[in-house]
Amino acid sequence: MERREFVNKGIRLSLLLSLAGLTGSLLQNTFSDDYVWQIDANKCTQCGRCVTSCILTPSAVKVVHIHDMCGYCDLCGGYFKPETKNLTTGAENQLCPTNAITRTYIEDPFFEYNINEDLCIGCGKCVAGCDAFGNGSLQLQVRHEICVNCNQCAIATDCPADAFKRVPANKPNLFKGFSGEGADFKT
Amino acid sequence: MNKLFIYIFLLLNLVLLNSVSGQRFPKPEFEKGHTQPELHQSPPRMLVLEYVDVIVLIVALSIASYLIIKKRSRRGIFWLSVFSLLYFGFYREGCVCSIGAIQNVTLALFNPNYNIPITTILFFILPLIYTLFYGRTFCSGVCPLGAIQDLIVFKPIELKKWTQAVLRIIPYIYLSLSVLYAATASDFIICKYDPFVGFFRLDAKFYMFLLGGGFLISGMFIARPYCRFFCPYGLILNWLSRFSKYHMQITPTTCIQCRLCENSCPFDAIDKPEELNIQTDKIVLIRKYLLLILIIPSLIFIGGYTGRQMNNVLAKVNPTVQLAEEIFRYNIKIKNQKNKLPENIEVEGFKASGKTEKQLFTEASVIIEKFKTGGMLVGGFLGLAIGLMLANLSVYKYRKNYTPNKGECFSCGRCINFCPIKIENNIKIIIKKYEATQ
Ligand code: SF4
Ligand code: SF4
Ligand code: SF4
Ligand code: SF4
Repeated sequence: MERREFVNKGIRLSLLLSLAGLTGSLLQNTFSDDYVWQIDANKCTQCGRCVTSCILTPSAVKVVHIHDMCGYCDLCGGYFKPETKNLTTGAENQLCPTNAITRTYIEDPFFEYNINEDLCIGCGKCVAGCDAFGNGSLQLQVRHEICVNCNQCAIATDCPADAFKRVPANKPNLFKGFSGEGADFKT
Repeated sequence: MNKLFIYIFLLLNLVLLNSVSGQRFPKPEFEKGHTQPELHQSPPRMLVLEYVDVIVLIVALSIASYLIIKKRSRRGIFWLSVFSLLYFGFYREGCVCSIGAIQNVTLALFNPNYNIPITTILFFILPLIYTLFYGRTFCSGVCPLGAIQDLIVFKPIELKKWTQAVLRIIPYIYLSLSVLYAATASDFIICKYDPFVGFFRLDAKFYMFLLGGGFLISGMFIARPYCRFFCPYGLILNWLSRFSKYHMQITPTTCIQCRLCENSCPFDAIDKPEELNIQTDKIVLIRKYLLLILIIPSLIFIGGYTGRQMNNVLAKVNPTVQLAEEIFRYNIKIKNQKNKLPENIEVEGFKASGKTEKQLFTEASVIIEKFKTGGMLVGGFLGLAIGLMLANLSVYKYRKNYTPNKGECFSCGRCINFCPIKIENNIKIIIKKYEATQ
């Protein structure tokens, strides 16, 4: 029995040492911040998977409007269906399937567009429209107050454009052509 | 001619404008003062809270160890389970849990680009250290997955020994595959198939609810099915716990062989006393050891070989390999049909990425090549595990008393209540005896 205790003790010590070694080697590659998931807007192709692949319904991905980049166009490629003739706010004219974008008249000929995030399902239809005809000021992003920060984001696994990235929590956005803090542009 | 100049001028202007601001339509200067709405930020969970989680983990582990080793209180463990279920399960919504952290740790070891957060390291390593000292107190009342299963144990049935033995192989497979897929940065399968996280978030894919519901319903009769027959972290804890310094005991003093606790463990984790049964026939002995010495290496070899051969199948989980296959299939279809095919999402996404097909195919084949080594290691490991299990069957066991199996026991404390010996009684007896002598 005593011999057994002795062997156990030896094994325990070596296990402890290897745990310490493992921790040591992990610490070389660590950082004190946390990760969150974000869409690299440069890569996203608005495939529509963000709507369904997220473990949450509705998805934690929403469209974000960067007003700093917006042209306040009357004929907004993100708001209107391409074939629209009368630029009115009728539901049949709107690209968004849930009418989540509001259009407000500012002054001739400018309109301001805002997102109702409660309605947005993250389909990216408006993003594609604005990319094609406008400035690209509408971009899909993971909204962190909704996202539960899965260890492995389910959309990241499904995203065909490989657009999902782990980013440090203190820099939680990945816009295209916009740094996210002030009114500066990066191209 | 003039017109042409104007066009060129316009074009130049456009190019210049584009390169300066990146915009087709510059933001207007409004005549009346117009305040632009602020960019709607969505800040992530505060970092402090992540550290609070670690502190709660340490406190919960310490309380669990104290409750089970010193206090010997099942009721305490029960309430701790309720707390852990609420905090780590429903409030924190499960991520990153210690089980899933296996993958983050592996990814960090194999992938220098991935910086692992300190909190994740701690979530992985702390329960291991506690287990090395006090047994699986993490499983007893800290792990939210364990807690939800523990609280619904209703009418546990005893599984046949051989069924258990066969099912016990699953965690080895699960652990080695999850390490393989994390090391190759393919997928985090532990998280993907976590059966309970959907309940914690009260939202999940339908098949995950189905899986979780299945586990919960069967868990009423087969106690802690995920813990015993799937959990990869539980497997590591199992092995560490066998060498733990302290471990909970059923009886506070010496076992009086009353057999009251014999069937008290819903997880069949109590070892019954066994006679010392020394094989004296030398020939039989030698044959047995020879067999083991031959069997284990050949199992490792067979496993390694099979794993290596299966690299193509194993690699199918990797997204790059999947994409390469998709493109390959698409190309074949195009050749056969000769007319235009509607592109699917994958193909579109790939085309937008600007990578060439050749690049993709070389990348994929490099990964498949990696899976040869990976598959070999996984197979060899499984061979070793099965070999050791067999060896374990033929090791002499000698046990005088009913004792919890240090590896399997979750330190839940149920059996404690079945033991008729109570410390309080003992003290009273001693006091009585002492008074009698006066
Ligand atoms: S899945 Fe990827 S490509 Fe598709 S919309 Fe989401 S981020 Fe964009
Ligand atoms: S991390 Fe989870 S909740 Fe967040 S976007 Fe991905 S799947 Fe949705
Ligand atoms: S075996 Fe796994 S799931 Fe069960 S309590 Fe332990 S760590 Fe949690
Ligand atoms: S504490 Fe007792 S009842 Fe609970 S798992 Fe261990 S041996 Fe079984």
